[in-house]
Amino acid sequence: MSLLEVTDLHVSFPTSDGVVQAVRGLSFRVERGRTLAIVGESGSGKTVSTQAILGLTPGADISGTALFDGVNLLDLDGERLRRIRGAEISVVFQDPLTSLHPLYTVGRQIEELIRVHLPDTSRAEARRRTVELLGLVGIPRPERRVDDYPHQFSGGMRQRAMIAMSLALNPKLIVADEPTTALDATVQAQILELIARVQAEFGIALVLITHDLGVVAGMADEVLVMYAGLAVERADRRTLYYRPHHPYTKGLLESIPGSSGDRGGRLRPIPGSPPSLIAIPSGCAFHPRCPYAMPVCPAERPPLAAVTGGANHASACWLPHDAVGLGAEAEALRLKAKES
Amino acid sequence: MLLEVSNVVKHYPITAGALFKHVVGQVRAVDGVSFDLAAGETLGLVGETGCGKSTLARCLAGLHPVTSGSVRFDGTDITNLPRRRMRPYRRDIQVIFQDPYGSLNPRRRVGSIIADPLVIHRVMSGEQLRRTVQELMERVGLNPEHYNRFPAEFSGGQRQRIGVARALALRPRLIICDEPVSALDVSIQAQILNLLKDLQVEYGLTYLFIAHDLSVVRHISDRIAVMYLGKIVELGAADPVYDRPRHPYTNALLSATAVADPDEAQRRRRVVLTGDVPSPIDPPSGCRFHPRCPRAQDICSTEEPLLEGTEGTEGTAACHFPMEVVV
Repeated sequence: MSLLEVTDLHVSFPTSDGVVQAVRGLSFRVERGRTLAIVGESGSGKTVSTQAILGLTPGADISGTALFDGVNLLDLDGERLRRIRGAEISVVFQDPLTSLHPLYTVGRQIEELIRVHLPDTSRAEARRRTVELLGLVGIPRPERRVDDYPHQFSGGMRQRAMIAMSLALNPKLIVADEPTTALDATVQAQILELIARVQAEFGIALVLITHDLGVVAGMADEVLVMYAGLAVERADRRTLYYRPHHPYTKGLLESIPGSSGDRGGRLRPIPGSPPSLIAIPSGCAFHPRCPYAMPVCPAERPPLAAVTGGANHASACWLPHDAVGLGAEAEALRLKAKES
Repeated sequence: MLLEVSNVVKHYPITAGALFKHVVGQVRAVDGVSFDLAAGETLGLVGETGCGKSTLARCLAGLHPVTSGSVRFDGTDITNLPRRRMRPYRRDIQVIFQDPYGSLNPRRRVGSIIADPLVIHRVMSGEQLRRTVQELMERVGLNPEHYNRFPAEFSGGQRQRIGVARALALRPRLIICDEPVSALDVSIQAQILNLLKDLQVEYGLTYLFIAHDLSVVRHISDRIAVMYLGKIVELGAADPVYDRPRHPYTNALLSATAVADPDEAQRRRRVVLTGDVPSPIDPPSGCRFHPRCPRAQDICSTEEPLLEGTEGTEGTAACHFPMEVVV
């Protein structure tokens, strides 16, 4: 049994302009101790989908199932969900400054988390554990820094403190939502190494949500690419980068400067912009921006189905299943499909 | 040279006392920066948060007075010129800002935002103004019929196009781009980078391009300057700086950059720097990088290495023990 198995998740928000369809039937699994990266641009639904599962989207209409260790998280009441969230599933957010309370010391916030979830823990014991955790994530002189306030920490140290907090109750799953986006490159490298290290050491599963394909390349076992509230491609890491099937994945990879090898030349961006989630294009939501769009694309939504890039490789696209990769051969297959 | 920057320093005083304000220290945001920029060229300025790259940009654009040093534009010293005398140069030097949400007034129509520079500098008015603005909109890839819309009706990428059109309106010679694509999604980022390149060719523009994303900077720049704690530590042509960095900081920065290539990511030997960037209020003695530098020796903490010599093909690095050039 997978640690987390999400099936046909729908999340929408009623607004005065219309219904925002943030997630439109998303399914994925996270295996124990493994890393799943969810990649997408702003508005793809990557953040909303995990927040909805964890009960962090007030006002949303949610349907589907999210089995965590066999328990459907979407059936739980607030209190029971709260007990799982923080203890068995912990979340690391993008901005460590706004996720730490400015008026309490860093240490007190971690101690409190421990004592709320494990009421039998003594104050001294919670503090001892907090110092140990801060040391574990590489904060120098943790026995002194434990009494510092968040503003006395640098951005990288705050994110380390958040990771310490996320580890406090030995979770089975960490959801890291853009954990390094606010950080500089050298600090980002430190934090990613830290996450990978604690994950391996404690056998924790990780859902890494990011827009940065560079971060994913060094971290993920499996990658899920989202567009307009749906998974458009799923593959192991190497397959996704070297043998993508979906034109959106291909477009993302080719948009990265330096990737296509024509440095100094022109990039190949995806034309247009992502759709409004109130008026999502019919059929395949990507069809208005897709260079290979066929008559079937606006008419029918393609299912996420197996393609030939690698084991467990799936793509939601009407192109032939063997049109994988960035080379000329695959391009010929795609163009041929478009012509016929 | 279109722009000559020599020994520019920008310190911000730190004051204390409510009644008797006195200066208790200086934030040394930019601390002696020199470089030249030739017409038609793109210089990329990279560095991490707090290294002074944006402060430098603002000083060069004349938005902040400099503490000392000089800025020459097209042979004329424009350092700390009074407002009125600076005015003609403001036409020649334009800025594109990072945040396409914060830099456009949400209550004004797009057409009048783009027309602003032309109106302020009294270049044109009436029907001619409207036509010019619509041409500008068309040139940067906006629909000219959207002249009367508000910024909120545009996406992030389109807003950045508005910023580009506004910067272009006065036909400047130098555009300072301060993180122009950092807030954009990768597919949109590529559109804007292509646009900036096309405009450079078409109008013979010179760019000072500031960003923290090293792959973006490499893509667009002819030369690269790497900043650390208010100083340029390495300067040279883009390819040698990226392929054979001389300064240990450049090396660490490059090795830390995430690449969108799983095999390359695995191959790469990361130089992990210890600690955080020190405070620019009290920067380390000697070489400012020495407390974090894996190659530091005694001399590094006492003597400041200079970014010296003529810039050869391999560029220059302000380091006592630069990385060997592998031939």
